[in-house]
Amino acid sequence: MAIELRVPTILRTYTGGAKAVSGDGTTLAELIDDVDGSHPGIKERIVDGGDLRRFVNVYVNDEDVRFTGGLKTGVRDGDVVVVLPAVAGG
Amino acid sequence: MLTVDSATYDAIVAHARRDHPDEACGVVAGPAGSDRPERFVPMLNAAMSPTFYEFDSTDLLKLYKEMDERDEEPVVIYHSHTATDAYPSRTDIALAQEPGAHYVLVSTRDGAHDPAHDGPLEFRSYRIVDGDVTEEEVRVVPSHDGARRD
Repeated sequence: MAIELRVPTILRTYTGGAKAVSGDGTTLAELIDDVDGSHPGIKERIVDGGDLRRFVNVYVNDEDVRFTGGLKTGVRDGDVVVVLPAVAGG
Repeated sequence: MLTVDSATYDAIVAHARRDHPDEACGVVAGPAGSDRPERFVPMLNAAMSPTFYEFDSTDLLKLYKEMDERDEEPVVIYHSHTATDAYPSRTDIALAQEPGAHYVLVSTRDGAHDPAHDGPLEFRSYRIVDGDVTEEEVRVVPSHDGARRD
């Protein structure tokens, strides 16, 4: 088992076009680090400094992680993590 | 070029007018790879602002899951400007993250929000990729069946 990370179109340049990749970790931060190890560069597009980028949404099992602890949100085998760029503008 | 059927065009304009003076936003989904905007999906502007729009994060997830199940993509992403022209703002350009989409802008300024307004209405479409904006022609057709015949 592993954790599935679903990647939006704009980040699939880092995954060779794959819509989903898998990784491990006990928190969202660890999972992103692990995925960045095999897909270098993807982390920088999701995380800025020590926090999630303002206009990138991340969901663990359909819950927006902004309400569950952000990068500290716990994850485990079998979880599905979805990354979606915000649709926003001025 | 963006080809859009008249019912979808009218629905986008009606939504922009309804939400004026706040910005309205939404997508028109279509079969993946088809470039045909077929399914009009008005979204809530979670910012409820005359100068900013953002899809609600829960609605955004629901929308993308639904499109995934139907093998669709966001062919059009639209929003309105309510006091300025229908051209992407610096914020629009910085935040555009769907390089495959047609970004449609409608302006409801200068009385265009009024359904009785009989002047021209600005309805323009752009590609926004890596900060580069390219305007494209908008063609309104009676229906997509019509579009396929020519």
